[in-house]
Amino acid sequence: MKTFKTTWRNIRRSPYQAFAAVFVMTLTFLFISFFTFLLYGSTKAISFFESRPQVTAFFRQEVKQKDIDNLKNTLMATNKIESIKFVSKQDALKIYREQNKSDSLLLELVTADILPASLEISTIKIADLSEINNMLKASVLVSEVIFQKDVVSVLTSWTNALRSIGLGLIIILSLVSIFIMVIIIGIKISQKKQDIEIMRLIGASGWYIRWPFIFEGIFYGGVGAILGWLISTGALWYATPFLSSFLKGIPIFPLSLVFLLGLLGIEIMVAVVLGTLASFVAVLRYLK
Amino acid sequence: MIRLHKVSKQFRTGVFALSDINFEVGKGEFVFLVGPTGSGKTTIFRLLTREALPTTGEIVVDDWDIVKLPVNKVSHLRKKIGVVFQDLKLLMDRTIFENIVLPLEVSGINAQDGKTVVEEIMERVGILAHRDKFPIQLSGGELQRVALARALTLSPDILLADEPTGNLDQATAFEIVKLLSEINQKGTTIIMATHNEDIVKALSKRIISLNEGQLVRDDNKNKNRAVAEHFYKKSGIIDTENKRSQVIKPKTTDTKKEEQDEDF
Repeated sequence: MKTFKTTWRNIRRSPYQAFAAVFVMTLTFLFISFFTFLLYGSTKAISFFESRPQVTAFFRQEVKQKDIDNLKNTLMATNKIESIKFVSKQDALKIYREQNKSDSLLLELVTADILPASLEISTIKIADLSEINNMLKASVLVSEVIFQKDVVSVLTSWTNALRSIGLGLIIILSLVSIFIMVIIIGIKISQKKQDIEIMRLIGASGWYIRWPFIFEGIFYGGVGAILGWLISTGALWYATPFLSSFLKGIPIFPLSLVFLLGLLGIEIMVAVVLGTLASFVAVLRYLK
Repeated sequence: MIRLHKVSKQFRTGVFALSDINFEVGKGEFVFLVGPTGSGKTTIFRLLTREALPTTGEIVVDDWDIVKLPVNKVSHLRKKIGVVFQDLKLLMDRTIFENIVLPLEVSGINAQDGKTVVEEIMERVGILAHRDKFPIQLSGGELQRVALARALTLSPDILLADEPTGNLDQATAFEIVKLLSEINQKGTTIIMATHNEDIVKALSKRIISLNEGQLVRDDNKNKNRAVAEHFYKKSGIIDTENKRSQVIKPKTTDTKKEEQDEDF
């Protein structure tokens, strides 16, 4: 209890240094939160695109249902297919009508006869799409193949790049915040050098002197994490209507409360580790 | 209780602060450590509290070999030895009560639990009225009492007082010495470093004299009590007929006074 009181007194008596430490930690956790949102969103978007039919094969008009079933079985036998859906001419007309319900002229012109039946196929692994694509193209039953590999692979490569850059920036920001905290706590130790010397001379153990500084580091980290999370979550909440309409059809927003609270929990844990590490380095460096 | 055997301390500059010091102090003794500035008095205190290590020699405090004492035991040693530092070493941003309770806190005792003990000590040294003041609000003599009170908080077996009467007027200096005498009578071993010739003459206590880092005299004989009585009367701080008699013995001859003068 006394240690906490001493910690709080140390913080209160040098408010500008405390503010600087909290500010740098807030900045770090603000970036970590935004980066996590971005990564979470892009991962969800990839999952969304991956779950969509990735290859669509349109059949020739004269193809019989039996032949289509045979091809479907051949594809399923590869064990690379996650889902396969047959869309008949009638289903295709329904989709067409739904998509063009506002344009009566287009609706009048099209009948089920002129729309081709199709197979909508998703693979378990993106890498298998090419093979399925080639199989379909080789079939005499198929008139046209629409292959969505490019969309997913571009998105995946962007997400991977984002992940690498983000992680790099998080490491750099964390190191910067550790260094700044070491300096701030180091200054505080230097300012209290005389007090520390007196306490040592009257029998204070090393840890009695060190603990308040270590708790101070944890405090700055914790407060920084909570503030960073609050600001980023607030900004996300404010931007959710706009982002939802921008990413129409992709079910990312609103982010679940469990995810957000989980993020807060992890950020506080990271903050405790960063704060402890920074103050420990400062204590070892300045309290020899 | 305290033993220094062939203790030398050489600074990095090559200068010897102490050379081949040998003495022992028994339990409950009151010893004056005298000598001019730079003679090594404070260095001896620093060695006894393991603030510094001797270059050679052996130091034993209460069966603890100070030189071989592990670092993690140093805080335990310092809790056994109360020190009144020459520069007092009070925390200026804490109240008098907070300063005095500090040794209890560093020992893991809650300030509230130690409140009674601290207030008793404050009462004993006469500073209870200044409980919630800050050091800057107190006079030199009062600050000395605060430093003394802090040194007594953990009821140490040994009390080291480094120039506790420095910069004080004679009356206040004698008040401090009187307090030390009372503490000594309750069984605490006291080593007091001082320049104050009058105080040393006033008390019939053992005197260890240092000069340029060497022990030049260790005189355990009772000294000139006439001078002591004179100063106690002069200061008017104690009842010369009753209280003083516990500390100071009757007058002796002028010859002894001369002998005492030579000790310095």
